[in-house]
Amino acid sequence: MIDRPGKATRNGNDILLETQGLTKIFGGLTAVSDFDLDIHKGEILSLIGPNGAGKTTVFNVVTGIYRPERGDVVFKGRMITGKKPHQIIVAGIARTFQNIRLFPDMTCLENIMAGQHCRAKAGLAASVFRTPKMRREERRIRQVAEDRIRQVDLWAFRDELAKNIAYGSQKMLEIARALASEPELLVLDEPSSGLNPKETEDLMAFLQGLIREEDLTILLIEHDMNVVMGISDWVVVMDEGKKIAQGPPVEVYNNPEVIEAYLGKEEEGGEDAGPASH
Amino acid sequence: MHLLLEQLINGLTIGSFYALIALGYSMVYGVLKLINFAHGDFFTLGSYLGYTVLVFGTALLTAHFGLWGGMMAATVVAAISVSIVGIVVERLAYRPVYPAGRLPAVVSALGASIFLQNAIMVIWGPRYQAYPSQLIPNMHFQFGDIFITLLQIIILVFSFLLMSVLYYVIQRTTFGAAIRAAAHDRHTAALMGIDFNKVILFIFTLGPALGAVTGVMVGMYYRQISFTMGWNYGLKAFTATILGGIGNIPGAMFGGLILGVLEMLGASYISAAWKDVFVFLILILVLIFRPTGLFGEKVAEKV
Amino acid sequence: MPVNTNSTGSARTLSVPRWIMPMLAGAILLIYPFLVSDYYIDIAFYFGIYALLGLSLNIVLGEVGLFDLGHAGFYAIGAYVTAILNTRYGIPIFVLLPVSGLAAALFAYIVCSPIIHLKGDYLCIVTIGVGEIVRIALINNPFDLTGGPNGVFGIDFPRIGELLVIDSSLEYYFLIWAVVGLSIIGLISLQNSRIGRAWNCIREDGIAASASGIDVRYYKLLAFVLGAGLAGIAGNIYASKLMCVSPESFSFWESCLMFCIVLIGGMGSIPGVLIGAAFISLFPEIFRPFAMYRMLVFGSVMILMMMFRPGGFWPRKRGGVSYRSLMEDSGD
Repeated sequence: MIDRPGKATRNGNDILLETQGLTKIFGGLTAVSDFDLDIHKGEILSLIGPNGAGKTTVFNVVTGIYRPERGDVVFKGRMITGKKPHQIIVAGIARTFQNIRLFPDMTCLENIMAGQHCRAKAGLAASVFRTPKMRREERRIRQVAEDRIRQVDLWAFRDELAKNIAYGSQKMLEIARALASEPELLVLDEPSSGLNPKETEDLMAFLQGLIREEDLTILLIEHDMNVVMGISDWVVVMDEGKKIAQGPPVEVYNNPEVIEAYLGKEEEGGEDAGPASH
Repeated sequence: MHLLLEQLINGLTIGSFYALIALGYSMVYGVLKLINFAHGDFFTLGSYLGYTVLVFGTALLTAHFGLWGGMMAATVVAAISVSIVGIVVERLAYRPVYPAGRLPAVVSALGASIFLQNAIMVIWGPRYQAYPSQLIPNMHFQFGDIFITLLQIIILVFSFLLMSVLYYVIQRTTFGAAIRAAAHDRHTAALMGIDFNKVILFIFTLGPALGAVTGVMVGMYYRQISFTMGWNYGLKAFTATILGGIGNIPGAMFGGLILGVLEMLGASYISAAWKDVFVFLILILVLIFRPTGLFGEKVAEKV
Repeated sequence: MPVNTNSTGSARTLSVPRWIMPMLAGAILLIYPFLVSDYYIDIAFYFGIYALLGLSLNIVLGEVGLFDLGHAGFYAIGAYVTAILNTRYGIPIFVLLPVSGLAAALFAYIVCSPIIHLKGDYLCIVTIGVGEIVRIALINNPFDLTGGPNGVFGIDFPRIGELLVIDSSLEYYFLIWAVVGLSIIGLISLQNSRIGRAWNCIREDGIAASASGIDVRYYKLLAFVLGAGLAGIAGNIYASKLMCVSPESFSFWESCLMFCIVLIGGMGSIPGVLIGAAFISLFPEIFRPFAMYRMLVFGSVMILMMMFRPGGFWPRKRGGVSYRSLMEDSGD
């Protein structure tokens, strides 16, 4: 276990999200065991590890889809353990999924507008009678969505159904939907999987741009070592539900334990796109 | 105590009706994820066909095969004819609609049900029809102070026989494994070389046939049949299917039996008029605590 | 509304013909009853009832994608609340209009709260169960309230003193279609609000909806409550039109018809629901000469429609054009 030698290199000192002793058990299988993670404000943290290491489970616990058996998730100093996904996004954590989960029969713009749902208030009566306040809010929702769709270069497809756009575009659309919820922490589950090299380049540039221009922190699961090495400020390695190493990318990359547990298993080495992405 | 046991036997009798019909629902649902609303009408059609054979063919059949032979003939004729209808309905009403997804198929199934029900009404007329009386000698046996009729024994034995055979076919044979595989994951099953059309053919032969046989038994048991009875039995059988865990074959059998027993216990200990309310309340309670039925697998959605 | 010139342009050119249809439909509805006999006005009245029921189920089934095959139960609650309160306590029908809607909505809230987490067909069977429980309860005449299989007789006309008494076919026709019209306006508003979008998101992908900040449970319940409320209102008008209610009007079959209205028309599509309701209510009338064969034809047509138009007769169109409906445009 690397004892945080790279701490000094991490941007900023405020911890944004912290998990303490997180444990998630499915039936007899301990998917995540006593897992600690801390994410600092403004950094890009990559969670890596072989398939089945429990990375996605950590995401699902953090974003409220699963309830952990033990341990806590603390976001901005507040416990959010066991909160529902729709409450967690209000707190400021938005996510994407490993297998894209858009609203296929809704337009791209509507998909992004869904992200603004949690920042709007209009109730039943206001919506039925279209009160001025509700209309103002709708305009704002639309404005945010339109800004975000331009940001991911999908303006031309705004009225297209989400299921009809290209795979790479769907991935970006999903990120845009998450961004539309005005998150402080963006949680991306394998954002580069299934993308071609050009799209991956664009994605990296996009994420770095986000960090630069917005008050945002990014947590991602990634198999593509180019992405991990290229954009991460900090890397955490998981295997069999446990954290086995962490540190700045280069350090982790050269850590023998990590190479054995993770990279060693991949014969092609870490330079490739990594394990088959679904 | 003796009321309880007697009601238990009555409950098992109608429970086996529900179970046999439920098997048809469950097989179709398992493989196609379709609620086959027409299934209740297969049952009615079987009942009417059996009625016709018994009423108009009795003299002839009995002359050749004896009374028992006549009844067997009625059952077999009903089963075979209804499986043919089942296959035809599948080809004409369901197959063209599958590609469009589940919901259009539900409407199509409702359409098929309306069609069949009204076809039965057009052919046999809107009034109740009565099965010939005294088909089976009105004998009963006494165990302690419990009475059980010969007909009940025949129905129970025959139903359990049918269910055991089906259970064996589904759980123990290669073809049954193919059906279960198709129910579990149709596309992977197809990749493994399972002929999906054969599976559909099988379930649409066997399901309606079981329904038809049940129809004949219900006709003999209650003696009165109507063209709308498929709705009621269908609804109960569908309830049984869900109670057991939809798509689960043994679950459907037990669901049917449990439902029948609950209904009879409700009728005798609560009130006959409220028995169905009792049944549905139990169903709802079961589902609140076991959202996928009594024997249904807990499916955790992969995220 | 911040739209670029391009999209405004397309909305302008296309939104004109979009408004011709509703105007035309409205005009036909206005003129129609003055051209035909009471018999045909009554047919159009029942068309209106089915349209309202279809709209109400469409919220649950079309917008949120929840299989509700017990909707007749909510309809029954509205009708019986009206019948019982009117015949026993003489409460005017107009007062009972909102009351029956609220009663059905409250009933839906109570029965749906514990079961709303059920998925797909499990929810479906439970709604069937709820519908059947209501129907059987009505037959069994609990507390001598519902009059058993015969139902409740002698329901009054809707009236405001002696000023306005709705007692002719023509007046009932306008009553139901006014309610349908208002409901449509309200529902279009909802479709173009965060609530409508939340419903659709849940239909498309519940987990993604939840992760996007939508309280899935709340919005599912809201759909049930609202749908039941509208069905309850339909029940109120139906009860006073018929002047009596009996359990057989609220059978499982009735729920199935509503289900078909939504699917034949097109899930989540308001014009679709109207077409579906027209089909269900007018078809048996048009094919009356076929006597006992007409239901055979009816069943076959249902199958054929699903073969040739599986998405319904008038599927909901999405995208910029339908999005910017008049409601939205007039706001700016």
